[in-house]
Amino acid sequence: MSDATPTPTATPERPQLPAQSPPVDPAETAVASNKAGSGGKLSWWRGDGGDGAKRNLGLIGVLAALIVVGAVTKPDLYGDPNWVWNNVLAILQLASVVGVVTVGMTFVIIGGGIDLSVGAIVALAGVWCTTVATQSYGAGGMIFAALAVGICVGLVNGVLISYGRLVPFIATLAMLVAARGLAASISNKQTQVSSSTFINDIAARKVIGIPILVYILGAVVLAGWVVLNRTTFGRRTIAVGGNPEAARLAGINVRRHTMLLYALSGLCCGIAAIMLTSQATSAQAAMANLYELDAIAAAIIGGTLLSGGRGTIVGSLLGVIIFATITNLFAINGLSIEAQNMVKGGIIVAAVLVQQFQFKSVTRLLARNRVTTAT
Amino acid sequence: MALPEDDPATASAEAVAEAPLVEAPADTVAGEVVLRLTDLVKTFPGVRALDGVQLEVRAGEVHCLLGQNGAGKSTLIKVLAGVHQPDSGQVEWRGEPASFANPQAAMKAGIATIYQELDLVEDLSVAENAFLGHEYRNFGFVRRGRMARHTRQILSRLGHGEIPPGRMVRSLPAAGKQIVSMARALSHEARLIIMDEPSAVLAHDEVGNLFRIIRELTAQGIAVIYISHRLEEIREIGDRVTVLKDGRTTAANLPARDTPTRDLVSRMTGRTIEYVFPDRPTDDSAGADLLQVEGLTRTGEFADVSLSVRAGEIVGIAGLVGSGRSELLETIYGARLPEAGTVRMDGKVLRPGVGAAVRAGMGMAPEERKSQALLLGEPIYRNVTLATFGRYARLGFTNAAKERAEADRIAETLELRPRDVDRPVRTLSGGNQQKVVVGRWLLGGTKLLLLDEPTRGVDVGARAELYQVIRGLAAQGVGVLLVSSEVPEVLGLADRVLVMREGRVVREAAAGELDENTVLDLVMAGSLMEGAPA
Ligand SMILES: Nc1ncnc2c1ncn2[C@@H]1O[C@H](COP(=O)(O)OP(=O)(O)OP(=O)(O)O)[C@@H](O)[C@H]1O
Ligand SMILES: [Mg+2]
Repeated sequence: MSDATPTPTATPERPQLPAQSPPVDPAETAVASNKAGSGGKLSWWRGDGGDGAKRNLGLIGVLAALIVVGAVTKPDLYGDPNWVWNNVLAILQLASVVGVVTVGMTFVIIGGGIDLSVGAIVALAGVWCTTVATQSYGAGGMIFAALAVGICVGLVNGVLISYGRLVPFIATLAMLVAARGLAASISNKQTQVSSSTFINDIAARKVIGIPILVYILGAVVLAGWVVLNRTTFGRRTIAVGGNPEAARLAGINVRRHTMLLYALSGLCCGIAAIMLTSQATSAQAAMANLYELDAIAAAIIGGTLLSGGRGTIVGSLLGVIIFATITNLFAINGLSIEAQNMVKGGIIVAAVLVQQFQFKSVTRLLARNRVTTAT
Repeated sequence: MALPEDDPATASAEAVAEAPLVEAPADTVAGEVVLRLTDLVKTFPGVRALDGVQLEVRAGEVHCLLGQNGAGKSTLIKVLAGVHQPDSGQVEWRGEPASFANPQAAMKAGIATIYQELDLVEDLSVAENAFLGHEYRNFGFVRRGRMARHTRQILSRLGHGEIPPGRMVRSLPAAGKQIVSMARALSHEARLIIMDEPSAVLAHDEVGNLFRIIRELTAQGIAVIYISHRLEEIREIGDRVTVLKDGRTTAANLPARDTPTRDLVSRMTGRTIEYVFPDRPTDDSAGADLLQVEGLTRTGEFADVSLSVRAGEIVGIAGLVGSGRSELLETIYGARLPEAGTVRMDGKVLRPGVGAAVRAGMGMAPEERKSQALLLGEPIYRNVTLATFGRYARLGFTNAAKERAEADRIAETLELRPRDVDRPVRTLSGGNQQKVVVGRWLLGGTKLLLLDEPTRGVDVGARAELYQVIRGLAAQGVGVLLVSSEVPEVLGLADRVLVMREGRVVREAAAGELDENTVLDLVMAGSLMEGAPA
């Protein structure tokens, strides 16, 4: 190119790759594809990030594999479309309570934190809303109590973490212990039966053939998706988790936002408490045991980065559904809960490994092939 | 290194000064071609970063790489350093075809690299960083004493014996980190040292120091590849120049001293660029005082600083790295709490905190783009609108279309390459990332801009555009407080200049009354660098 050629605009001269694009560097592709797809044009999942969609396809693959396993082990059941439909609903219903908790957890983790107290908050909210005193206000009072308890406990977490500067792990661990303790003392370690038919009906009834719990899960997931991808709140969440210093210097109130994230998680726990109380028609201090682990695991295999700044609601939902499907698979095959836990552990590790390595290894293979054919 | 092993006290300054900085391998022959690249190609998804690069480097020379932001310079050196694998093309290292599967392999072969983006482990000490990956070991135990001594020795040779080898890297300022990166490169036995914009974070005197070291290295037959956007530096230190444009070599082996600037620029950009500062307004159009700072103090950073910026005025702060300029800016912006003094915007005292400053109409482009400014995994447009997305939002819902449009406008003015605002910022070249950081505050809506090294790593063409934009904002009544290590930039762009030394303002004058030498004298006088070779 001669010196005299003026290039008035600054666009690169060769923006396009040749038709068969040559293999790309493994490490780079991994980075590029892990962090928001570059070329993805407008599509409905855009806000979730192009690569998020790719990862989610991987999760759907896992789900499909689980279904195949089910179909192979129980061909007679899977041959019956009626049974299959009911089983799908059963899985979704099973996933619904943890799913709601996971949506809140996903926000907290994207925002750079962690909430170990979710199970305890569910229990406390459940116990609080089923005390005799609260029940005397009727279903409305119970729902209000559960949500308010969830938000308040979440706020306490948030204040401790953002203004008290406690490490999230420590603050919410302390809250886990304290909230369960409070729940046990309020309930006197008794199971408190819910006498509100309105509350109890939530889990028992279906609308157009689909359980109400599944609608609630759907609504929370949808709301979570919209908030994360379409609102300033979601944008701030990603900024605060991705680079808190950059967020602060851009004028975002990092502390207040962090506090709100824990309140949001608490709100989700409050909703989950109502759902769980309805399922059991009762509440007790030991309910929702280890939900924090299920929720964190689901978010992680769904592609949420533990260090913050990245994650998708759809991925988390798929994570929850995968776990529910495994539980369901073991139940229909009559296998023990121990074996089930081992498989779950394996799946968590495998999912994370797959996410880290799939792109790398594929492209490395491509590169190798290319070298060998070239020489 | 013939230093006594046991007593650190014996590692005296004299002993240090006599030992060679890096021991060149014995078989180094000056003038022989050590590295030859032919038709090197490297693609990233959607971008052809290298598209047939030729390069030839001889032992003992300083070979400069020139090219606009995104031309492929960093990609090229990352291929050499084993970070990236080329798609095709030959690398010939000391006469034999070579390929470096990973950075370790390249280091083993004798190629040490100082990367453009600092790659230090923040929570390790200076010595641990300098020797990361090739620690002195005895039966698997790291020999800390020996490492610390060797590190101290390298640091003193770099003119920074005051950095303690045991200090955590996190606690060092940007320039200190750059010194540690250099120490790391020098801790290897290298035949080729690659420096990707090493001077971008260094102040004037530090650059002199760097050049002294480079001369020592080349005198021993070590080859240096030097990347910089500052043509003066290339004239001073370079032997030959290779120019890249859009991933291709457009000119190779030009003489660094005698090639006319317009030739270099036109080969880089394909056009001629008037590298001039925009005219200052002739009449005194600056308005009322916008920012008033009185007696601002933070112990150990700066003391009793008073200054004011009027609407429509550009005030420049000159000073060495470490003279407290960045800290001052961050304190004015509310990101650090002052121990004494007040900051007033429009006559009203600001409450502490960034939030209050932003609400009062301030915006700050911080010094370190990666750690202080960017969300690397997020798209460009979201980074550009990080401070303003709330303004385009309605009822809490973001307006991505509007944000993209605004970001694209900035991308066009600042010649962002590639100009696809949906790309993650991570995939941009260093200079283009810098444009994103500064561009964030050029969207309008701010009354006072605090710019900390706004042109760091930005190429000549885009730099001229950036100056225009800043001057344009001032013409609309925005006040600008500019910090820069490049004295000509401060003198050329600002209306009024404050010179800072060791945390104090030592001179304030209209830019026209000062010249570069006066400022440099003021800046250096009595500084720690006294007596160091210029
Ligand atoms: N990891 C990556 N993924 C995708 N594209 C990349 C990646 N790294 C670099 N690029 C692209 O490759 C091109 C060359 O980038 P490179 O960093 O080599 O430029 P440079 O010459 O060093 O520019 P600067 O002067 O700004 O540092 C740019 O268009 C950049 O966007
Ligand atoms: Mg670069």
